[in-house]
Amino acid sequence: MGGVKLVATTQSFFCTRVQWALKLKGVEYEFIEEDLRNKSPILLKYNPVYKKVPVLVHHDTPIAESLVILEYIDETWKENPLLPQDPCDRAAARFWAKFADEKVVFGVWTACTMEGEGKEKAIEAALESLAHLEKQIEGKKFFGGEQIGYLDLVLGWIPHWLNTMEEVGGMKLLEAEKFPCLIEWGQNFIHTPLIKECIPPREKLIEYLTASLSYLRSLAAKKP
Amino acid sequence: MADEVVLLGFLPSPFAARLKIALAEKGVEYEYKEEDLRSKSPLLVQMNPVHKKVPVLIHNGKPICESLIALQYIDEVWNDKAPLLPSDPGLRAQARFWADFIDKKEMIWAAKEEEHEVAKEFFDCIGVLEGQLGDKAFFGGETLGFVDVAVIPFYSWLSVFEKYGNCSVEAKHPKFTAWTKRCMEKESVSKSLPDQRRVYDFKVGGILTKLPIDQDL
Repeated sequence: MGGVKLVATTQSFFCTRVQWALKLKGVEYEFIEEDLRNKSPILLKYNPVYKKVPVLVHHDTPIAESLVILEYIDETWKENPLLPQDPCDRAAARFWAKFADEKVVFGVWTACTMEGEGKEKAIEAALESLAHLEKQIEGKKFFGGEQIGYLDLVLGWIPHWLNTMEEVGGMKLLEAEKFPCLIEWGQNFIHTPLIKECIPPREKLIEYLTASLSYLRSLAAKKP
Repeated sequence: MADEVVLLGFLPSPFAARLKIALAEKGVEYEYKEEDLRSKSPLLVQMNPVHKKVPVLIHNGKPICESLIALQYIDEVWNDKAPLLPSDPGLRAQARFWADFIDKKEMIWAAKEEEHEVAKEFFDCIGVLEGQLGDKAFFGGETLGFVDVAVIPFYSWLSVFEKYGNCSVEAKHPKFTAWTKRCMEKESVSKSLPDQRRVYDFKVGGILTKLPIDQDL
């Protein structure tokens, strides 16, 4: 089952989660680094709808949207299953993945980019959404149970990217007293060798986030 | 043990309609409970504490929230009849991608000033989906599939979007219109969807504007 390519960037955690899945399954792939400021013909060909990364290309068939890709990987390579077997547990994992991508990521990024009055409110909203995740991980080593699973990969941005966003955005979200379980999970997750080897260097990530932040803030400043 | 299936829904909601169609396709008996979204039931709040939205599928007391997630659940549990997702992983990925595509648009809750924009977005969406349909009878091939079930409930909203966009769907998108007719020939679809007139009166009649803006129908 050869012919696996991943069109991605090193900084985007949406891309890293796909790399983690491929590595957990022992799948060899070619990493094609994309420059999002200058999108390649390959990206435009393989993801004409959104023109975004990641895109997984298997035997020349492209699959876009990271959560769709994760399920494809899980169904195509059966070793080390990512999603649980039970339909109810699968639905729960999918629910929290959607919640995380829609509310938590958005909430944290908003708290990061906002300045002035709006920042406090954005931080509050982000904390509220993180509190749901704290409840979910209580009493468990990983969201997937004893082993890393689908939801761990989806939330895997939290241990490395979130604290970088905190630094760049000038805010503290993941405080030890409020989120002891989430922090512990994060440490267990990020120190797993397969996981650790895919994360971008912190300095590069800070550089990238700082640039994205100033760009977004400059856009906001231009708005009437 | 007999299965106990309850569906919490809201009549105009295309998201709840998706589940009605799927349950009908699979021949699953269930109890339907209509929610008054201005005054949410304790059951809804208990079963969907995170979002407090419909639809919620409750199977033997356990809630499944988010319509596309519940559709997959229905497909996995009642897997003896009318499969919604194909068996090939690549085709499954395509189906999930296109169902997610329509959900990213969030078109139902247009404020007055956004109506024209929303109509344009909706019709652009329809255009893209028409391309995906190609010459097939349904997105699922010969029978209703995941994407058909995800998209057809918006049929009930066509008069609303036509009003917003000041246009005719049939004129702009004949292929899509033909597909909606084929879907409506199926009892599981025609019995699950509210009348276009009813949804039109409801939305254009302004009742929905009195509801909190974060409603998922």
